[in-house]
Amino acid sequence: MKRIITLTVQNHSGVLNRVTGMLQRRQFNIESISVGETETPGISKMTLVVEVNDHQKVEQLTKQLNKQIDVIKVSDITDKAIVARELALIKVASSAQLSNEIQGLITPFRASVIDISKDSITIQVTGKPDKTDALIALLKPYGIKELAKTGVTAFLRGHQPQPAQVADMNRFTV
Amino acid sequence: MKADVKTSQPIVDKQITGADLLVELLTDMKVDTIFGYPGGAVLPIYDALYRGEQTFEHILTRHEQGAIFAAEGYARVTGKPGVVIATSGPGATNLITGITDAMMDSLPLVIFTGQVGSHVIGTDAFQESDVLGITTPITKYNYQVENIADLPRIVHEAFHIATTGRPGPVVVDVPKDIAEAIPDVNRDINFELPGYQPTTKPNPLQIIRLAEALGKAKRPVVLAGAGVLFSDATAELKQFVEKYELPVVNTLLGLGSFPGSNPLALGMGGMHGSYTANMAIYDSDLLINIGARFDDRLTGNLQHFAPMAKVAHIDIDPAEIGKNVPTEIPVVADAKKALEALLTHEISMPDHGSWKETIRENQETYPLWNNQSDEAIAPQWLIKKIHEHTNGDAIVTTDVGQHQMWAAQYYTLDKPNNWVTSGGLGSMGFGFPSAIGAQFGRPDDLVVSISGDGGFQMNMQELMLLKQFNLPVKVIILNNSALGMVRQWQETFYDERYSESLFDVNPDFVKMAESYGIRGMKVEKEADVEAALQDILSYDGPVLADFRIIKKEKVYPMIAPGKGIHQMVGVTK
Repeated sequence: MKRIITLTVQNHSGVLNRVTGMLQRRQFNIESISVGETETPGISKMTLVVEVNDHQKVEQLTKQLNKQIDVIKVSDITDKAIVARELALIKVASSAQLSNEIQGLITPFRASVIDISKDSITIQVTGKPDKTDALIALLKPYGIKELAKTGVTAFLRGHQPQPAQVADMNRFTV
Repeated sequence: MKADVKTSQPIVDKQITGADLLVELLTDMKVDTIFGYPGGAVLPIYDALYRGEQTFEHILTRHEQGAIFAAEGYARVTGKPGVVIATSGPGATNLITGITDAMMDSLPLVIFTGQVGSHVIGTDAFQESDVLGITTPITKYNYQVENIADLPRIVHEAFHIATTGRPGPVVVDVPKDIAEAIPDVNRDINFELPGYQPTTKPNPLQIIRLAEALGKAKRPVVLAGAGVLFSDATAELKQFVEKYELPVVNTLLGLGSFPGSNPLALGMGGMHGSYTANMAIYDSDLLINIGARFDDRLTGNLQHFAPMAKVAHIDIDPAEIGKNVPTEIPVVADAKKALEALLTHEISMPDHGSWKETIRENQETYPLWNNQSDEAIAPQWLIKKIHEHTNGDAIVTTDVGQHQMWAAQYYTLDKPNNWVTSGGLGSMGFGFPSAIGAQFGRPDDLVVSISGDGGFQMNMQELMLLKQFNLPVKVIILNNSALGMVRQWQETFYDERYSESLFDVNPDFVKMAESYGIRGMKVEKEADVEAALQDILSYDGPVLADFRIIKKEKVYPMIAPGKGIHQMVGVTK
């Protein structure tokens, strides 16, 4: 199962290496990892997406992360009401004729064209991974020349509803 | 976390360097002994040691690995952090085995490594190595000092991290220019460790749950590990288990946390544990683990580990709880505090007389056993004799292998912190240098180093220190001209194909000792053992004794790899 885990860390040199090194050593599979500064100077936020087999593994993962001295807080937010986004840049083979067709196709995804050349078009899309994946699948037949993703970054929504509602909320909101 | 700690040193008017400041800080930390080896990148630090008026002693070993193993021995018997200095590059990489060993066995060490100058870091400079990168997975924490102003805080934090919570090694990498820099006079130390707050007090609810479980247990057993020793909880453990008459199994590293000759002591559990200890775990309905980490050498095949037991686990490291064995009652706490909390409860237990009877019967029917021979000395019997002649009071350090298991089985420890062995990492070469460190830590106590002929040869260069400091360490070599444990596995599991495990030639250990200026002796027959031991132990100074033991003797009982804790072989002759 996929878990989204956020870490609040001290922005010391080597902190990313400490986290990824531990995950590798203990055989956890990282699907994506994103890091950036936060509103507090010296404090960074990491968002990890990991694939784990069972709850015992999740527990071990969060405990091992908590044990890292540079890690201040660990939250498994998978089952909470969250906003989660990633950004993908997709360069698709394109001609003048195809360009319009592609632009029409990406509109419902609220994606945008950020570069056009003679034989290619570059699209930027943000959203949850299933949305970016859906767009990528649609663009595949045109020939994807290059693809880059940031990995997911996420945090809790301002309001946390009852757990029963959370699953629905996470499913339908974009 | 903020700590208003200030260095005791007044603001000085003479111009000092970062290296001088480091020496002052080590004095502030009340260090009395450091083990080290000089080299290019630490020249400023060694110059500061030469010029300084520090109160601690620097011990020059003959190899960096000797220094770090000595520091581990020192830490193990004193409870104080072991301090090591080595130079950059090869000096630092020679420490790696010891750092890993200390990490696995939770020993508090603070290690200072030199580093090339800041301006050439990352250029593959002479004797540069990525110490931070290399030691990140094998330290509790590590630092590279990037700014001289950070040095006081870093040194204080390093000692704090190494010695609190679950202890462990901390590396401080000091670039040469930092050691040469002129420090600021302002030396306020504010810890910057918001992510490090070890839990020491138990959750009262979990203590109640544990008390309730004990109130229902018919076949309880306590597993006591080194956590009991680290938290200085031996008295509380004894009080607790005697109050409820609970049998106690020790882990290899937990030996000494409960008196081995106490009627409730079942000895060591695990791969070479006693039949009674392993069966008590297997049959138990409540297993209370205090400060042990359910290592695979203890548990054997996890499917068969305590299959009927409710498991309670007291550990200061939450990540150890539930890691290997599903745990119903997790108690994240210092062992002493958890035991104190347990002792405040008055628990009425069901009668477990038949359980005690089963255990007593097992002890009587399946004691440890060994062969005897006219040709050579039975190693188990030799350990028993060493125990007898030292009244069981010596600090015993071991290397890794057969002799280690025999020492664990037969050198019954009644006192804490007298047992120094490499458990988790199983590092050969550990035993002898760790004895040197132990002797420096406790100069008035008898230290016996027990090694095999293989492991002793991995760090025998440290013999020079016995002469140099006239350390009265008694070096006992159990010589079977083989890597005995490797040989045993090859005999048992590889059809007696003794691949590279037999030492057809060995040095003359007596002459070697003599060449280092210390007394050496060889003992070949059982008949000579008593007199030899008397001689060794009454001699005022270091002795190396080469005991020729039965070559094919094996360590039993044994849980074969992949087998359950109840599936021992070699339980009886």
